[in-house]
Amino acid sequence: MLKLKNKFGIERDISGCGLCGIINTKRVKTTGSDIKKAISVEHDRGNGLGGGFAVYGNYENYAGLYAFHIMYDNLSAKSSVEEYLKNNFVIDKEEPIPTSKTSKITEHPYLHRYFMKPKSDRQDKLFHDLGDDDFVVQSVMLINENYDGAYVFSSGKNMGVFKGVGYPEDIADFYKLDEVEGYMWTAHNRFPTNTPGWWGGAHPFTLLDWSIVHNGEISSYGINKRYLEMYKYNLSLKTDTEVITYILDILIRKHGLPIELATLVLAAPFYQSIDKMNNEKKELLTALRQIYGSALLNGPFAIVFGYSGGMVAMNDRIKLRPLVAATMGDFTYVASEEAAIRAICPSPDLVWSPRAGEPVIVKFEEPVPQKGRVIGL
Amino acid sequence: MTKSSFSSIQSEYLALIDHTKCVRCKRCIQNCGWGTYSFGGDKIIADHFKCVACGRCYTYCPEGAISIVKNPTVIRENYNWQEYHIRNIWKQSETGGIVISGMGTTFKYKKYFDHILLDACQVTNPSIDPLREPMELKTYLGKKPSKIELDFNEEGEPVLKTKMPPQIELQTPFVFGAMSYGSISLNAQKAVALAARALGIVMNTGEGGLHDDLIPFGKNIIVQVASGRFGVHRDYLNSGIAVEIKIGQGAKPGIGGHLPGEKIGMDISRTRMIPIGTDAISPAPHHDIYSIEDLRQLIFAIKEATNYEKPVSVKVAAVHNIAAIVSGIVRAGADIVYIDGYTGGTGAAPNIIKDHVGIPIELALAQVDERLRDEGIRNEASIIAAGSIRSSADAVKAITLGADAVAIGTAALIVMGCHVCGRCNTGNCSWGITTQRPELVRRLDPEVYGERLYNLISAWSHEIQEVLGAMGVNSIESLRGSRERLRGIELTDAELRVLGIKHAGL
Repeated sequence: MLKLKNKFGIERDISGCGLCGIINTKRVKTTGSDIKKAISVEHDRGNGLGGGFAVYGNYENYAGLYAFHIMYDNLSAKSSVEEYLKNNFVIDKEEPIPTSKTSKITEHPYLHRYFMKPKSDRQDKLFHDLGDDDFVVQSVMLINENYDGAYVFSSGKNMGVFKGVGYPEDIADFYKLDEVEGYMWTAHNRFPTNTPGWWGGAHPFTLLDWSIVHNGEISSYGINKRYLEMYKYNLSLKTDTEVITYILDILIRKHGLPIELATLVLAAPFYQSIDKMNNEKKELLTALRQIYGSALLNGPFAIVFGYSGGMVAMNDRIKLRPLVAATMGDFTYVASEEAAIRAICPSPDLVWSPRAGEPVIVKFEEPVPQKGRVIGL
Repeated sequence: MTKSSFSSIQSEYLALIDHTKCVRCKRCIQNCGWGTYSFGGDKIIADHFKCVACGRCYTYCPEGAISIVKNPTVIRENYNWQEYHIRNIWKQSETGGIVISGMGTTFKYKKYFDHILLDACQVTNPSIDPLREPMELKTYLGKKPSKIELDFNEEGEPVLKTKMPPQIELQTPFVFGAMSYGSISLNAQKAVALAARALGIVMNTGEGGLHDDLIPFGKNIIVQVASGRFGVHRDYLNSGIAVEIKIGQGAKPGIGGHLPGEKIGMDISRTRMIPIGTDAISPAPHHDIYSIEDLRQLIFAIKEATNYEKPVSVKVAAVHNIAAIVSGIVRAGADIVYIDGYTGGTGAAPNIIKDHVGIPIELALAQVDERLRDEGIRNEASIIAAGSIRSSADAVKAITLGADAVAIGTAALIVMGCHVCGRCNTGNCSWGITTQRPELVRRLDPEVYGERLYNLISAWSHEIQEVLGAMGVNSIESLRGSRERLRGIELTDAELRVLGIKHAGL
């Protein structure tokens, strides 16, 4: 029996890790071989118990549809999930996710993908007036929580996640990512310290078009989780990454915060800095801390998150985990180690180590990444 | 009635004087508020019956000639008929009265704080050194919106659109609990006020009005409105940083208060706005609050009177159905809920209430926090936990269970010399704390004890910073309600469930 979900009786999964990200602001595509090469330099940052990739722009032909990647333990799980999907979605195309047998990945769940959109007359319309995005989120949570042996690991539009148990370079070969093209990539190499191999637990973790890779342990996990539960998020995986994803979801999608402001919730500036700002900013940032104190991510982390509009990489408020960024033309690279960047871009225009809590925000169509806190410090 | 020598009741303590050390300076006679000592011609003699073991005499004896010992004369040991019961039966059969005392219960109930352990970082996440890194304790009390609302200026930068409800800013998550002028002396209140101002926290007037001398401390004062409405007028409501409606007190849930007429001198009379020498009786309920909708009216009457510029706190005792009660209070519009556990202190309460009514703050707090989260309204009000917070460890555990801040009452009095003798109700406090006798009040120097209160809260704050650092977080809000960082020890499944924590080892 392969493990898709956190059924280890473990309250919480923690891990150390390596991560990488590549984005081209002009949406020029690269194949998965670049990111594979970069992340393989960080081989020692993982222990073979989890690797994965997120790619954006890989499903241009189905760009308007939600692309569900689902892993199944067995075919009966598949048929019961598919019954749910057929009742609630119009499925344009479904197929097994292309994989190739390799000597490194010998055991894997059944991997299938669906391109679809929620039905306009779906049954839940009788009770709710959920938008499509909300309905997709609800469906993902429902399947992941209630359908044994099934796990949705990707659900965004024109993007997809490919992950599993193994070193990332082997996972890339397994999913044949050399043949996949995208204008933004993130990758993750996992070093779990308290769970065995667990396909669902590999990164990236996604929700809609959000994908997160993360190195670190959120020491404030307990309160972050309870904060999200108050807003009816169901934290079934019990990983830090899940918490980060949902916090971004509530801040950006539900509460409408600009990305820049959301990063100031995740790694809130210290009051000693806030007190020195002009009144307008001071008022805003004080209110942000008062309202979203329970969403502050405290403890060591470096995260890279991708979304349809771009990529953000950032550290915790006192930079307890490594993160390096570099630019070369329209490309921006981020990684745990500079060596990973130089492996695919030997002489970048600019290399820097982002300061604590200072996000690197790169949006498409913008030639120069914004450095520094956008709400100026 | 009966002279002490004929009473069945033996003195509880013996005040023993070592006459070979005693230099007959008579300081003990001056210092004892209880009249235990007198000069018998050539030596000091003690009336043991009057001694309450308040510790004043031996603290101030320059020769170290006094020892206070428990009276070794036994009342036959019997686990069923304990001395406590036998003494009360004697007392009550002699007086026909209710047994009353001060401070919190002396019963040996389980102390849940002592069965909760804290977490720390090892390897997978680093601890943080509070001597090198900022470690934030700043806390805001008051209603928080569930989401922020923004406008954008010409440059496209976000600016705050939400009008934030009024907040109390605390530099460290402590407040001084309500202790009225009348129940404690003005000097004791001044010491607390000085400390609150220096620390950037707040004190609470209790139901005794606001003495003129404390008006300059307004930014560090919560003014209280209780069932007797003593000293309440428009300027009073606007003179502090917040207003608290007191419904109940942990030491005496469901019970009112009574400050006897002999304590009502000129100053207290002015401050409480009642005639000199009259008893100040606070009714058990507010006679305008017979239900939750009445509370809502009072909350909004106060908000109207203060132009919606002050947070309104509601103080309740932790009783059996506390979670539902607090939910109702929050929905009634309170910005802060102050929950007082059954071991909380008092100036005077019947022992039957003090020793038997209410529930532990740890359990009440855990259930309230959980309930408010279940209902999605935890952001609507801040929670202050109280009821014998004895150390920074208790404070950290309360905050991790879900409190926004904790209140300090008895601990503050101990700073001023209190030995928790529990005789506050008599008005004879030798330390000048719970007395209005001028010769006793005079000995309590507000500046000296204000500084010691400052020291205590500073020390506790440093200790909290150490704990935060060990847990790898650098802001108190990352610990608040983070029960994953707590484990229980020697607790039953039911207790763990109520506390919402796991047992140690899990």
